[in-house]
Amino acid sequence: MEDLAVKNVAVKSVPPVASSHNWPRNDGTELDLGWVVDQRINLSAAERRVATLPGRRTVKKDAQAAWLLKAVTCIDLTTLNGDDTAERVKRLCAKARQPVRQDILEALGMGNRGITTGAVCVYHRFVSTAVEALEGSGIPVAAVSTGFPAGLIPHDVKLREIEASVADGAKEIDIVITREHVLTGNWQALYDEMRDFRAACGDAHVKAILATGDLKTLRNVARASLVCMMAGADFIKTSTGKEGVNATLLVTLVMLRMIRAYQERTGIKVGYKPAGGISAAKDILNYQFLMKDELGREWLEPDLFRIGASSLLGDIERQLEHHVTGAYSALNRHPIG
Amino acid sequence: MTVARYFDEMSYGPAPEADTEARQWLARHNGEFGHFINGAFVAPSSGKTFESHEPATGALLAKLALGNAKDVDDAVAAARKAQGPWAKLPGHARARHLYALARMIQRHARLIAVVEAIDNGKPVRETRDIDIPLAARHFYHHAGWAQLQETEFADQVPVGVVGQVIPWNFPFLMLAWKVAPALALGNTVILKPAEFTPLTALLFAELAAAAGLPAGVLNVVTGEGETGALIVEHADIDKIAFTGSTEVGRLIREKTAGTGKSLTLELGGKSPFIVFDDADIDGAVEGVVDAIWFNQGQVCCAGSRLLVQEGVAPLFYERLTRRMQSLRVGHPLDKAIDMAAIVAPVQLQRIESLVAKGVAEGAKLHQPDIELPKGGSFYPPTLLTNVQPTSIVATEEIFGPVAVSMTFRTPEEAIQLANHSRYGLAASVWSETIGLALNVAAKLAAGVVWVNATNLFDAAAGFGGKRESGFGREGGREGCYEYLKPKAWAGRKLRAAPGEPVLKQATGDFSAPSLDRTAKLFIGGKQARPDGNYSRPVLSPKGKVIGEVGEGNRKDIRNAVVAAHAASGWASATSHNRAQILYYIAENLSGRADEFANRISAMTGVSAAGAKAEVEASISRLFSYGAWADKYEGVVHQPPLRGVALAMPEAIGVVGVICPTEAPLLGFISLVAPLIATGNRVVAVPSEQHPLAATDFYSILETSDVPAGVVNIVTGSAMELAKTLASHNDVDALWAFGTQELSTVVEKLSAGNLKRTFVDYGKATDWFDRFAAEGQAYLRRATDVKNIWIPYGE
Repeated sequence: MEDLAVKNVAVKSVPPVASSHNWPRNDGTELDLGWVVDQRINLSAAERRVATLPGRRTVKKDAQAAWLLKAVTCIDLTTLNGDDTAERVKRLCAKARQPVRQDILEALGMGNRGITTGAVCVYHRFVSTAVEALEGSGIPVAAVSTGFPAGLIPHDVKLREIEASVADGAKEIDIVITREHVLTGNWQALYDEMRDFRAACGDAHVKAILATGDLKTLRNVARASLVCMMAGADFIKTSTGKEGVNATLLVTLVMLRMIRAYQERTGIKVGYKPAGGISAAKDILNYQFLMKDELGREWLEPDLFRIGASSLLGDIERQLEHHVTGAYSALNRHPIG
Repeated sequence: MTVARYFDEMSYGPAPEADTEARQWLARHNGEFGHFINGAFVAPSSGKTFESHEPATGALLAKLALGNAKDVDDAVAAARKAQGPWAKLPGHARARHLYALARMIQRHARLIAVVEAIDNGKPVRETRDIDIPLAARHFYHHAGWAQLQETEFADQVPVGVVGQVIPWNFPFLMLAWKVAPALALGNTVILKPAEFTPLTALLFAELAAAAGLPAGVLNVVTGEGETGALIVEHADIDKIAFTGSTEVGRLIREKTAGTGKSLTLELGGKSPFIVFDDADIDGAVEGVVDAIWFNQGQVCCAGSRLLVQEGVAPLFYERLTRRMQSLRVGHPLDKAIDMAAIVAPVQLQRIESLVAKGVAEGAKLHQPDIELPKGGSFYPPTLLTNVQPTSIVATEEIFGPVAVSMTFRTPEEAIQLANHSRYGLAASVWSETIGLALNVAAKLAAGVVWVNATNLFDAAAGFGGKRESGFGREGGREGCYEYLKPKAWAGRKLRAAPGEPVLKQATGDFSAPSLDRTAKLFIGGKQARPDGNYSRPVLSPKGKVIGEVGEGNRKDIRNAVVAAHAASGWASATSHNRAQILYYIAENLSGRADEFANRISAMTGVSAAGAKAEVEASISRLFSYGAWADKYEGVVHQPPLRGVALAMPEAIGVVGVICPTEAPLLGFISLVAPLIATGNRVVAVPSEQHPLAATDFYSILETSDVPAGVVNIVTGSAMELAKTLASHNDVDALWAFGTQELSTVVEKLSAGNLKRTFVDYGKATDWFDRFAAEGQAYLRRATDVKNIWIPYGE
């Protein structure tokens, strides 16, 4: 990843945007309860912003190919299923190293950019498998943790799970919060829990999964976002992928605005990860537009933007091949992940 | 640009909408268009043309016919010829025509959207996603009114031939707002599109003819201001509907004064956008984008005046300026932009000049550091902070992408600042506290209020302004009435000139004289001597002096208006309370029925039975408006969002009433009662010839719990007092019944503050006829509908 940043400098006319963890980490702040309860989100106004976005922003042709390729570099290529095995995880890691066919990358003039996904995301059991499979690629392994997806195992067990994944080589830990704390307005408990998770992660970066589908209201999403950032989350993430409703543009808008509010107050840039339900190339473009317009250019790079997805990559590959050849593509023309 | 370069910069590339079909349409006409009269394109009779240019590039787009008197005559003749048969069609047949037009718009939506974007310079996103779908919606909605006309408007008839003059900011949408209701309800139209943006009207006319609209029903005459003036002044046009500047609206009011032309004016605004400290600040910031950077700010109801609660202002400005930096200004056909071109160089210059003045007056200028397209008329999104209410940019409508901002401390101050304007078109209120938001919405002087939203429109919800933002509503049931007139008024004849009795000198005798009763003026709940301290005699038909009344003058009117304003609490009294008082007035009048009958008889010479009938009719009328007081209510619209729009009839304010000479008691009651039933305060000038019934009446008002100032009575010359009332800028409406000349003077002088007028053009009303002299026709004129949009959800 460091290499990529250096290469960028060579070809760009605009100032380079670092694509690794160059920003200062979020150490968190004291819990400011007044700020938390002060958050107000008007649903209709937020919906209107999201509804009009696709009409206001679009990318075509070369720009579209570039944006989709950028999205590939932000994907946390994920398998989180009960039937995962070591071989399944290795196959996924191979795809993470070469997410797009080399001939397509070359046709796009991107053959020498070392395009990989942002990370591979697995359960703790497969962290060491993935670390081994990705050795030398620079691709970090992310582990879901803390009793994913419901997050209802004992707190000390959660901390031990994090520590075990870090010990196995996970560079990123995707924790789930206790939804009960949000639904009952127990912000102190949420803050304390998140603080402990962050401490247990050590140097590994921590993504706080809010499970927005369980939180239901945008006000809850906004408040939980703030509390997790105050408690030191490096990323805030929408969903486990297992809730009834996963990532949407609407909760994204609210979470991005909270990231912005946190930056206004602390100067710290917190990352964002939508997860679950994003499977079409045109969908991820809307997320990217929102990132750029609400937060800025920096938030389009993998150090501040990740996408939790499994089937999205396949659709992007098809779109990229279509861009190169002019003919609509098929999934079976691209290696499986 | 290469993929690699985009990958590094992550910039948006160009995303052009194809204009092939639009250019082909222009080419089919060789880039030159005639008027569309009587179902076909016709060359201008003068042979003269004018040019339309593309705002985005300055390139010549088309040559248009310059309409002269002959062209307008031809169009009016065609419309006149078509109007009878069109109105005679069953409602269902007209509904089918309107439905066909709606479907036609949907079939050709993209072509219309692209032509509109090219001609006006606005983003194709807006024409495609907003203007054209809304236009289609208006035709669907009004197809429905055509279908229902016979049952829902059984007591109404079409106005007739309508001249419609529309602006350049929403050329196609304004066409729909005007044409759909006019045609639906049986009128025929001469439409003049704005000279900057005539193309979609011509395209519409062409497509409408192809869709089977009969010849002459819709005629389009192109031209400049002079052509518009020819339409406004045409003797055979029954109604003018105009959307545009307040300045031109005022001229139209003056030009049409006394002609009997019905008039609706949808004019300018300087609409407040109020942000409370408990608002969703990010939502409000995005609201500003929709309020003032929609259509380059060239929107009559644009939220151009930001009022931000002081404590939250720094954060609000920080987020707003940050948001401005991510706005994109580009070519109208680029699908990845927020703003495109200003309509014409002259408008661009106006914006630049006003902003320069604002800055010179101390405003702080915020413009993002973003790229504007080269060539064409472009202006960046602009915010002016530190604007004082005295600055020209705080009072004048800029009609460009410029928001001006100031702060307030309390809700009360927010309302005060918001209402401190000559305009009253729209307002936007941002607060997450329902009690605060709705309370403020109710108190704003605006025809439309959006709560936590802005610039929402729907065909079912009426749109229109208060004060100098014009009068009349477009959309919904209230909009239909603008294109109808009561059947009961159709047969009214010019009233006969009243006989003028000659004063007979009488000599007294030695018997004890009857006790002198001095009729005074009635102002602010008190009997007041006239300021000039002159009196005028009141004569019986035979010339005998039967009393004297005060000769009211300008200062009496002034005092009465002040008193009426002081009684503003009447508008917020409960409707039950107003009803009770109206019934109580009737009760007290009933107790003195004989006295009033004798007085009427003495003044007018009508028979005792006739006089008694007038008193009984007056009592009945008071009962009618007591009945209406708690029944003339609004409706809850279901606009296409999760929420409601409350259409609330509101009192207009302080209303002058010039009573007719005839029916001295019943005429007075028929005009005053509907006004006070709906919460207005009245300055009434009683029958000039027979004023004593009204002056007797003030003692009834005094004993009927009518709050001081709600009804004020100033006797004197109807014409002189009407002139003062009509030109008084703190009088909100004026009802005048009397001579043709009185109507003309009232309409002409009312142009100053564009007060609502209700006149009879010298035609006599049968005050005993409940269908002609009572009911909703009067209540509608006594109120303005305010639509409060309330989206909800958590």
